[in-house]
Amino acid sequence: MAEETPKIKVTIDNITVEVDPGTTILEAARKIGGDVTPPAMCFYSKLEGSGGKCRTCLVEVSKGSEKDPRPMPKLMASCRTGVMDGMEVKNITSPRVLEARKGVVEMLLINHPLDCPVCDQAGECHLQDLSYEHGTEGTRYEFDRRTFEKEDIGDYISLHMTRCILCYRCVYTANQVAEGDREHGILERGDKAEISTLLGKNLKNDFIGNVIDVCPVGALTDKTFRFKNRVWFTKPMNAHRDCSNPKCCGKVRLWMRGDEVFRVTARKDEWGEVEDWICNECRFEKKETKDWVIEGPANISRHSVISQGHYVNTVDQPVVIDKVIGKNPKLLLDIHDESDVNKPNVRLSEISGPAHSDDFEKKDK
Amino acid sequence: MKLLLEHAHVEGIRYYDTYRKHGGYRSVEKALKMTPDEIVEEVKTSGLRGRGGAGFPTGMKWSFLAKPEGVPRHLVCNADESEPGTFKDRYLMEFIPHLLIEGLIVSSYALGSNMTYIYIRGEYSWIDPILEEAIAEAKNNGWLGKNIQGSGFDCEIYVQRGAGAYICGEETALLESLEGKRGNPRIKPPFPAVKGVWGRPTVVNNVETLAAVVPIINNGGAEYAKIGVGRSTGTKLMSACGNINKPGVYEIDMTISVEEFIFSDQYCGGIPNGKKLKACIPGGSSVPILPANLLLKTAKGETRLMNYESMSDGGFQTGSMIGSGGFIVFDEDQCVVRHTMSLAHFYNHESCGQCSPCREGTGWMYKILKNIEYGKGKMSDIDLLWDIQGKIEGNTICPLGDAAAWPVAAAIRHFRDEFEWHVLNPEESQTRNFGLAHYADPLPVLAGDA
Ligand SMILES: Cc1cc2nc3c(=O)[nH]c(=O)nc-3n(C[C@H](O)[C@H](O)[C@H](O)COP(=O)(O)O)c2cc1C
Ligand code: SF4
Ligand code: SF4
Ligand code: FES
Repeated sequence: MAEETPKIKVTIDNITVEVDPGTTILEAARKIGGDVTPPAMCFYSKLEGSGGKCRTCLVEVSKGSEKDPRPMPKLMASCRTGVMDGMEVKNITSPRVLEARKGVVEMLLINHPLDCPVCDQAGECHLQDLSYEHGTEGTRYEFDRRTFEKEDIGDYISLHMTRCILCYRCVYTANQVAEGDREHGILERGDKAEISTLLGKNLKNDFIGNVIDVCPVGALTDKTFRFKNRVWFTKPMNAHRDCSNPKCCGKVRLWMRGDEVFRVTARKDEWGEVEDWICNECRFEKKETKDWVIEGPANISRHSVISQGHYVNTVDQPVVIDKVIGKNPKLLLDIHDESDVNKPNVRLSEISGPAHSDDFEKKDK
Repeated sequence: MKLLLEHAHVEGIRYYDTYRKHGGYRSVEKALKMTPDEIVEEVKTSGLRGRGGAGFPTGMKWSFLAKPEGVPRHLVCNADESEPGTFKDRYLMEFIPHLLIEGLIVSSYALGSNMTYIYIRGEYSWIDPILEEAIAEAKNNGWLGKNIQGSGFDCEIYVQRGAGAYICGEETALLESLEGKRGNPRIKPPFPAVKGVWGRPTVVNNVETLAAVVPIINNGGAEYAKIGVGRSTGTKLMSACGNINKPGVYEIDMTISVEEFIFSDQYCGGIPNGKKLKACIPGGSSVPILPANLLLKTAKGETRLMNYESMSDGGFQTGSMIGSGGFIVFDEDQCVVRHTMSLAHFYNHESCGQCSPCREGTGWMYKILKNIEYGKGKMSDIDLLWDIQGKIEGNTICPLGDAAAWPVAAAIRHFRDEFEWHVLNPEESQTRNFGLAHYADPLPVLAGDA
């Protein structure tokens, strides 16, 4: 047996974890989970070379390592910075980080069309989550938003370049997962840069459908699902089939309503990353329940809009705030404990007409 | 004091025979009798600092080069020179190309590079054949190829032209482009010294840096270090332009004052038409602009000198940087807002678009500056610009983000009144230029601008 390499210690927002050498700050933070994990819009652990681009995961390294305790002068992209033994990192405890992150979110949004009401990604969009959690309420941008000429990239995938945040994930996916002809890439530069295909060719590699799953926004969506439903009206179910493609795992997530399969995607982990790639046939062609062995409801984050409606199998991120600040947080008001609304002494459904404040008063006292 | 351009104006110096007659390739003869490490030591002793912009000590950079067994190493010469205001490398390559080739051979020997590249800006299309010819001449005379001068050292130099992107001057974008890929800067670490072109250890140096190796080897590092002052040793090429009587490339030793450089007849020859000096960008478009008072004297009241330390005295609050040596002078009639707008346009156009703050922020700043310049600005826009530049600076993959932020920050820091004037006088700001002293000529309309 190979000798076990010694673990190294890193402290993120006052919480210490032990990780293997070579781990990045982001991966270490993911081991802790919850609020101390920086948001990542471009990094994808399964795609080599990804990360470093969106800058949402910037953190402050307040102590370089035990050996060299000097702080790093610049904020660092946690997804591409390796941990050192004794390193101390500040994420949500650094005002500098929060300010910079607010700036990054604003930059990502100034040219975003915000057409969520007609975007198929809405409800599972990482940019929506990001702006909700880290953005500001308004915009200071007063100019026309960027537009692009529409490009048709084939029968399966629909490209809305205006929504793209240029995270490059689809480019790495096309190169690494859907290898073969290099048909998918980025043209132009700067704010004119756009995802495109070689000479307007349609994308037809067997695994190219995976670019839809890696895309954090609605820039690449499934044409066979287009406008068919909102994701939060569908229920994700784990399913599998014996796929004849040797490179395809055949393990998928069906997005169903009743017995109808609206969409097939790869299974994703708690960080929104694909667990195993699937082929185009599984994704686009198998839309009947009889094509699949259904295993049961998939896990879904409790904070996701998809979990609304008493969905079972919801998962939650750990609560870490007490460890970050070193004591239990004192909430100004816990509405669940304090509000009488949550403690009516009558069953509200038995009252005729609308409820009145008297109905909540603890008359029995 | 001239070390690099000493013979630049000798008739025929572009060609091998004349160059050789004036002492050319002596440094190669001398270097091949030394060990590579001795050369690196000599360069360290010389105190030479990189002339590409950042001023990193060259000897130290060379000593960082990883030397794993059996892996080839490369030297890459950065001749992308696209920083607005900088044109010193062009001058050197065009008039005295053998000096660069000579420096490259010595440096390649010191670093163990058998395959050395010159990555040249695509727009320098007429210089590419000049270099190719110089390389062919050097090879015909036994200074390149196999077993150079019987030393057992092999070296080839290849010239690669860029395709018109400023960002490919950033060393890691340059390496990507050299590999035939899209010129996106890489995320560091790993640094080129460990993983450079094709994943091999690589040193990237500026044209002028590599040319300076020739006098260092000829005269010895200690002699070179005697020229200049403090950590600014040797001579520096400055490309001077703007409102001066004698624009051009000057080799200076770094002890002269800024005032002497602008006003003496030996250098820029003063400001034409009896105008007054308003401001100057001393080291290429990326470095902070300085108003005349802070340019000639530091905040402490000392005479500002043309060198690394003095130019950056006072940090960005009251100082600037010698940068790449692109010296741009503004007379009293020039409009700082318009100038800042055109720089913002440049950085917006040249951003590679990889990281969000630079991709989005540069365009945003340009649009706001355009509004202010064309009389549609608001007072709050000035604070907004300040905030945006702060959100870009330090938060990007490569220094282009900083380079886009600094000029905007410096313009607002030192010339806020001029921005406010544009907001308060929308009519006039559309038709007239604004100088600190008085209003001048109607604005020329830029092609493509509304
Ligand atoms: C956007 C950008 C453009 C650059 N352009 C050039 C250039 O045209 N020429 C150059 O020598 N260095 C340029 N640099 C600096 C290089 O990255 C690198 O620092 C330099 O080539 C190192 O050489 P030196 O140590 O000899 O100065 C640029 C840097 C940035 C960030
Ligand atoms: S299309 Fe999607 S995955 Fe591709 S770069 Fe744009 S946002 Fe990223
Ligand atoms: S700072 Fe600008 S030029 Fe540099 S990598 Fe980021 S987007 Fe590209
Ligand atoms: S996730 Fe780290 S920079 Fe995008």
